[in-house]
Amino acid sequence: MDKSILRKRNENDGQEKQIVGINQRRFRQKLAEYKRTPGSLILLILVYLSAILTIASIGFLLVYVLVKGIPNLTPELFKWEYNSENCSMLPALINTVFMTLLSLLVAAPIGIFAAIYLVEYAKKGNKIVGIVRITAETLTGIPSIVYGLFGMLFFVTTLKWKLSLLSGAFTLAIMVLPVIMRTTEEALLAVPNSYREGSFGLGAGKLRTVFKIVLPSAVPGILSGIILATGRIVGETAALIYTAGSVAVVAENVFSSTRTLSVHMYLLSKEGFHTNQAYATAVVLLVLVVLINFASDYIAKKFAADGINSGR
Amino acid sequence: MQKFKEVFMHIVFLTAAFVSIAAVALICVFLFANGIPAMKEIGFGRFLSGEVWRPSNELYGIWPFILGSIYVTAGALIIGVPIGLLTAIFLAKFCPKGIYKIMKPIISLMAGIPSVVYGFFGMCVLVPLVRRLFGVNGNTMLTASILLGIMILPTIISVSETAIRAVPDKYYQGALALGATHERSVFLTVVPAAKSGIMAGIILGVGRAIGETMAVIMVAGNQPKVPDGLLKGVRTMTANIVMEMGYAADLHREALIATGVVLFVFILIINLLFSILKRRTVL
Repeated sequence: MDKSILRKRNENDGQEKQIVGINQRRFRQKLAEYKRTPGSLILLILVYLSAILTIASIGFLLVYVLVKGIPNLTPELFKWEYNSENCSMLPALINTVFMTLLSLLVAAPIGIFAAIYLVEYAKKGNKIVGIVRITAETLTGIPSIVYGLFGMLFFVTTLKWKLSLLSGAFTLAIMVLPVIMRTTEEALLAVPNSYREGSFGLGAGKLRTVFKIVLPSAVPGILSGIILATGRIVGETAALIYTAGSVAVVAENVFSSTRTLSVHMYLLSKEGFHTNQAYATAVVLLVLVVLINFASDYIAKKFAADGINSGR
Repeated sequence: MQKFKEVFMHIVFLTAAFVSIAAVALICVFLFANGIPAMKEIGFGRFLSGEVWRPSNELYGIWPFILGSIYVTAGALIIGVPIGLLTAIFLAKFCPKGIYKIMKPIISLMAGIPSVVYGFFGMCVLVPLVRRLFGVNGNTMLTASILLGIMILPTIISVSETAIRAVPDKYYQGALALGATHERSVFLTVVPAAKSGIMAGIILGVGRAIGETMAVIMVAGNQPKVPDGLLKGVRTMTANIVMEMGYAADLHREALIATGVVLFVFILIINLLFSILKRRTVL
């Protein structure tokens, strides 16, 4: 503290004057300055107010849903058979797992392979790369209801898969494809070139280098992207209503119509008779999504911290 | 053999890269092929600017829904942009490190919460609130705007924050050295320099708001008529599709798909604006 305060003797009256570094001022000094510049004070207040409002709105939502929902989490809600009395969410929960796995089974290989092409194979200035990037960006911006319409027209009607797990999974796979592509691309780009050069230097071919050297070092980044995609799939409703349907029974095969947890939640709250059960479902959905989000963040951070530097 | 494997996998990777192109092409083809004929049958003018939507009488005018989408989105922006931008400024320039570490994950969590949960929250909290405050049926344009305003916050915050952080520190220091206060330096030099990045964030927010479906359906009232007031119900294009697709047939069904086409065109325009702005800035 003392170091930053310059003491300077004023030559006229011999008094000592303090010059304080701007980042070292005390609260009272700041207050005095704000009195001189009320405009700045108003801006400061507005900034803090907005930040508080943002946190308050999300905090209120979380607390409200949790407080209302947790007391309603009864064993009734986890019965194997759904009926309109117990509103069991278990079938929907299991279907959500099926839906997630099936969508990722389609989207993950395609997304990862596409990213490999963009990063490892495409030469600089390749026209395909530009087009792929633009289309991926377009896919990111398309709202889920448009995916739902497309899925209904293409998978359900044209391919005659009917309302089914499969139609829903393929629709969602297209929806999360750009997420997986982008995160994988970033993860691959973060792998230092010296790894590749080392591998080539030892006589490995391109393919071997990609699969044995580059991909393993990029796994955490790719994984974090896949988990992010899982979050999108679990939370999706609009794209599924007219592709996967709303049958509340555990799917027997990929061609049976199913409802996922989000769709279940929507239908419950739309009916309006089962508000308590809807709260409980919201809690489960919220907790799932929170866990998924933090897992993705955690892995991404760990990757940034020690993924590559630890030297595989 | 090795050579064959290399070439084979190269082709596999290339094919995977083409999937996203194929997906966009397929989406365009299927939507337009199913929507345009209906528009033709109804008449482009009567479809886009018709004010009456009454499928039982073969009247398909989606003007109320276009207006509805625009109004609700505008409302969401009026609420979401100032709060989001100021929060982004807080995060980038005002926030102590300790608070940042807590706030940042919360905001990214906000982006991950499913829209049904937002919608349900709106239904249980905002709708009764509006009903009590204004003495009207709580399913109004105002309710939908507030809810969407909250929902687009994380988008606007994260893009704006990145844009503000990308501005070189020199700008800020220069203003400070000239005697401006911290707030003045931030608001008059840093924020204007991040303008196009912030615009990109807002446009992304517009895309989110206009495409949002489930949350809007649950709070907006969904009356199929021209919206005539902040405290009246409104139906958006997205809501129209989900509400009626379940039982629609023939021309009615095709008219709903055509509604999707109009929405899709809106989104394409927004995407285009976004990528133009993004090129102009370093995000």
